[in-house]
Amino acid sequence: MPDSMAPDVTTPIAPVSTPERIQGAVHDPRRHESAHKHVSGEAVYVDDIAEPAGLLHVYLGLSSRAHARIRSIDLSPVRQAPGVVAVFTAADVPGVNDIGCMGKHDEPLFASTLVEHVGQPIFAVAAETRDQARRAAKLAVLEYEDLPAVLTIAAARDGERTLVTAPMTLRVGDADAALAEAPHRVEGRLAIGGQEHFYLESQIAMAVPGEDGEVLIHVSTQHPTEVQHIVAHVLDLPSAAVTVEVRRMGGGFGGKETQSNLFAACTALVAKRTGRAAKLRPDRDDDFQITGKRHDFEIDYRVGFDDSGLIQGVDMLFAARAGYAADLSGPVTDRALFHADNGYFYPAARLESLPLKTNTVSNTAFRGFGGPQGMVAAERVIDEIAFALGKDPLEIRKRNFYGSEDRNLTPYHQTVTDNILPELVAQLEESSGYWQRREDIRAFNAGSRILRKGLALTPVKFGISFTASHYNQAGALVHVYTDGSIQLNHGGIEMGQGLYTKVAQVVAEEFQVDISTIRPTATNTGKVPNTSATAASSGSDLNGKAAQAAARTIRERLVAFAAENWGVAPDAVRFQRNRVLVGDRDMSFADLVRAAYMARVQLSATGFYKTPKIHWDRAAGRGTPFYYFAYGAACAEVTVDTLTGEYVVDRVDILHDCGRSLNPAIDRGQIEGGFVQGMGWLTMEELWWDAQGRLRTHAPSTYKIPACSDRPRIFNVALLENAPNREDTIFRSKAVGEPPFMLGMSVLHALSDAVASVAGHRFCPRLDAPATPERVLGCIAALRERAAASPQS
Amino acid sequence: MRQRLRFYLGDELREIDAVDPTLTVLDWLRLSERRVGTKEGCAEGDCGACTVVVGRLDGDTVRYEAVNACIRFLATLDGCRLLTVEHLKGPDGALHPVQQAMVDCHGSQCGFCTPGFVMSLLALYLNEERPDGQRIDDALAGNLCRCTGYEPIVRAAHAMYEMGDRTTDRFADRAAMAEKLKALRDEEILSVGAGGRRFLAPATVPQLAQLLLDNPGATIVAGATDVGLWVTKFQRVLATVIYTGRVRDLRRIEDRGDALVIGAGVTYSDAAERIAALYPDFGELIRRIGAEQVRNMGTIGGNIANGSPIGDTPPALIACGATLRLRRGAETRELPLEEFFIEYGKQDRREGEFVEAVILPKPAAGERFRAYKIAKRFDQDISAVCGAFRLTLDGEGRVADIRIAFGGMAGTPKRAAGAEVVLLGRHWTEETVRQGMEALADDYAPLSDWRASAAYRSTVAANLLMKLYVETSDPAAETRLVGDRRLAHA
Repeated sequence: MPDSMAPDVTTPIAPVSTPERIQGAVHDPRRHESAHKHVSGEAVYVDDIAEPAGLLHVYLGLSSRAHARIRSIDLSPVRQAPGVVAVFTAADVPGVNDIGCMGKHDEPLFASTLVEHVGQPIFAVAAETRDQARRAAKLAVLEYEDLPAVLTIAAARDGERTLVTAPMTLRVGDADAALAEAPHRVEGRLAIGGQEHFYLESQIAMAVPGEDGEVLIHVSTQHPTEVQHIVAHVLDLPSAAVTVEVRRMGGGFGGKETQSNLFAACTALVAKRTGRAAKLRPDRDDDFQITGKRHDFEIDYRVGFDDSGLIQGVDMLFAARAGYAADLSGPVTDRALFHADNGYFYPAARLESLPLKTNTVSNTAFRGFGGPQGMVAAERVIDEIAFALGKDPLEIRKRNFYGSEDRNLTPYHQTVTDNILPELVAQLEESSGYWQRREDIRAFNAGSRILRKGLALTPVKFGISFTASHYNQAGALVHVYTDGSIQLNHGGIEMGQGLYTKVAQVVAEEFQVDISTIRPTATNTGKVPNTSATAASSGSDLNGKAAQAAARTIRERLVAFAAENWGVAPDAVRFQRNRVLVGDRDMSFADLVRAAYMARVQLSATGFYKTPKIHWDRAAGRGTPFYYFAYGAACAEVTVDTLTGEYVVDRVDILHDCGRSLNPAIDRGQIEGGFVQGMGWLTMEELWWDAQGRLRTHAPSTYKIPACSDRPRIFNVALLENAPNREDTIFRSKAVGEPPFMLGMSVLHALSDAVASVAGHRFCPRLDAPATPERVLGCIAALRERAAASPQS
Repeated sequence: MRQRLRFYLGDELREIDAVDPTLTVLDWLRLSERRVGTKEGCAEGDCGACTVVVGRLDGDTVRYEAVNACIRFLATLDGCRLLTVEHLKGPDGALHPVQQAMVDCHGSQCGFCTPGFVMSLLALYLNEERPDGQRIDDALAGNLCRCTGYEPIVRAAHAMYEMGDRTTDRFADRAAMAEKLKALRDEEILSVGAGGRRFLAPATVPQLAQLLLDNPGATIVAGATDVGLWVTKFQRVLATVIYTGRVRDLRRIEDRGDALVIGAGVTYSDAAERIAALYPDFGELIRRIGAEQVRNMGTIGGNIANGSPIGDTPPALIACGATLRLRRGAETRELPLEEFFIEYGKQDRREGEFVEAVILPKPAAGERFRAYKIAKRFDQDISAVCGAFRLTLDGEGRVADIRIAFGGMAGTPKRAAGAEVVLLGRHWTEETVRQGMEALADDYAPLSDWRASAAYRSTVAANLLMKLYVETSDPAAETRLVGDRRLAHA
């Protein structure tokens, strides 16, 4: 173990909550800072902001073809429609007609001569009302010359294999040799569907023009700095002329990391060209068509293993549908490879990505960012081994976990130094009663004519840090006012995950004042610049540390002032529950602040943080891309109707590692919500394109996310106790945004287990995702046929 | 004729003369009133972010119902009371028990769906004392949340009863509100509009009949759970809307002795209990149509009249042998429901004619009824296949009578004529059923679409016949995943 990986034990861990503690200290199950506003309708989202006088409403004209040359565009009917003020096309873009996040110039704001997916924007129309703009947008007369369209992974992979960005390969050991020498080999293909984010608040932006070409943009985005850059790029402005502000989002999940660029750029363009404020909010159906989704994958796998189920070599090819442009497909498919091991040690592995170009919307970030697809592949491989050897999959999982002292090198040559999966899974195995229930289910299935039960326990190991190392930085700004109240600002976005609450807890802790003293303010590129996307589960790790640094700077100034002013040693200045003890003097925090102000002490500070220890060499496929790993496991039990393929989730037990949780209530919310979202991805959520490349599941009427009654009927969720992060993260907590999403895999595997029972668990069902009732029933039929064709001897 | 729309927004009487006939409640709240607490999530009644509570006069009391503001037309609020999330806080700024429970249980994350959940919970709180888990799931089925996984919201649904006293709740004084609403009630035709387009809401059946004769191109609207989407999704401009919701005689269920006569304006919610008392499994089917908000607006008459091949009540009604009563002017006629559906998009309804009632015969002794709804999701989903069966066996265990109807299998809700013939008179055995399953393949040629492939639809339709067989022949077999499991062997 290299020295740099040694746990840093110098940071003290805060004491547990006591009656003497402030309200809203770190580790308290504090409610969301906006909860009272959420429940009363007073929380302001972009569409709720009072509109500036003269605001124009913008709507987009979209391609109806998957791949075509635009022969002609007649926009005069649009211009003549009631209420229309202006129409803009690529020719009207003052800067560069490009909104791509990777600098590849492959994603135009408006298509001009070529359309590459159904729903691609071609023009924008601005009108006095949204209804008028929407009606007018439908009136354009477009003539297309259709070109051959590549719509599926199969067509792209088996055809020309055009890639949107450079693929990656991870290699450890000699996979071919290991496979050749293994006593057993299995190979197969796994298909995993994509996923629509279905943030409840659809995409939206409102731009307000200012002086000297300046523009202020209110936008629902996870990445205000990127919006700022893109708008500057499109409008040919310096970044300093563009300000982006976000108070909160009605959900993001990765869908507003880059996808908000389009809407912001469009409104900014209209604002610049008309001098009037402009707002764009697509209808839900259009949002589905225009914006990217989670990548669907087809994964070809080969695994070699010994008689005990120990993996010897793995070879996987990850073919992903990237859509028409790169967007984040490179890092997403990279992360799939980074997680193709899940929690398992591969002595030899070759993992390759294929980010395939297709004539569909450009797929993008979504909670887990490719990691989930990699992990589903790992779990499929485990199931294959279990069925091949006739063993319980849990046994094979445990046999292949990373070791602590050895067997701990990942396919990207990072050593796993914080592995707690064996203990965590053992604890869940016990608390969920896995083996007893395994027996009970066997008995139930033996006596049940139509309904079948299934059980599965699957682990999660998720790497924390942006793999683009430069993103692992954050800034914060803290102001203390002379009445003792505090404003807090940082680069992270509040999208429901409770980031503002957690960071406020950190600042409250540092000043030892009640959290009500802290007022989080809207994220604004004018306050904290050069922010990273709130993504990769990094929000509280990065911004919490940055805010802590800012608060400590001010606290240190206050200590120095108090020590000097009242003639005590600095360590005689103590902050305690809204008061400050200076030697034997006891004063309120506000009194100290006022005194400091009178003495001309600066009461505002910035803070900055960058994650230590990480580095990544993509070309070599080697490095330490992750600061640490977050772990968890889930045990799911389902019942399947073998006549219809329908199913219910009877019970789920989760044990999840949040380190020393900053806020157990919020973290529990992330775990429960992430699990249900992950379960939805693998079960009922189905993106269905027709032969013309049109998405036909484009609204909640056709695209089904889990509803209330789909949650597990028994849902036992626990946070792993006594497990502080071994790294020096903010108060030893762990990131929790994405990791619980993958707990949903347990449901897919429980379904697979139930399906397998129809053929006596003789064959691996190879149940693909999403496991809709139709796919489950198809799998049951296939297994029954197979069993009939090869009767048990 | 009254040319002024009247309703209460909270405690405030609003009177509006000029109103676009298809202006939605949501757009009115957000755009005209700048009451932006109510959110738009989908504009098609499927996510519940826009949920508001509407109080309507019901005898001497007020009935409070959660509805979707996004697809409900403002003018349909005539004579009602509209409550939005902004009404809940007390005069002193204190949160309502429903709100406090959501805060204390960590029921909000991003908060965008939250006002809708709060309003669904409010309706539940006002109407029901300590509902069980199933009822809470049903009450929340029409509200999607992408953040929480619902668990904390369900906790709040339990906890809200600990937070306040329902009997002294601010909204509990229904008698006083009923008096106010009674004062708004009249027998006039409501006629409001703007820009040459009209919203006409008759109060009586003869008025409705006459309006339809006078306005042959008019669009009839009942719950607007379908027509609402024509407006929000397709931006269709409807010149004349004739709303049936004020016609009290259409909102009645009459017990004729041998049958229930269900007025065309009866909502799913109003009908559920009466139908369930006769056909428990039909009640279970209604529980799974749309969600609470849709069932509070949508009508059985509308479900029939719009002719959709995937409406859920027609297969069940056809299997039960229901007949339809149509009316044109003073003239009425009745026909078996299956004959109403001619082909996709075409029904046996003449110009100026309207569905007045559906007549649901009561079950005969020994008759067994089952309905199965198959979709990707149990709640608030449109069926891929909906099958309904009415079976009577004679004393020898032979099929004395069988009626089978499916939705989602053809261009209309349709009977399985071939399978019925195969089964009739035969001993009710697995072998017979397997022959019936084969015959079903000739009865239907379903389509493939995003809800299901043709192959899945055909397989499942056949398997549902097998399910019927198991449920009627093997009392020990467990066959149900959701709802009241006892219905399987009832």
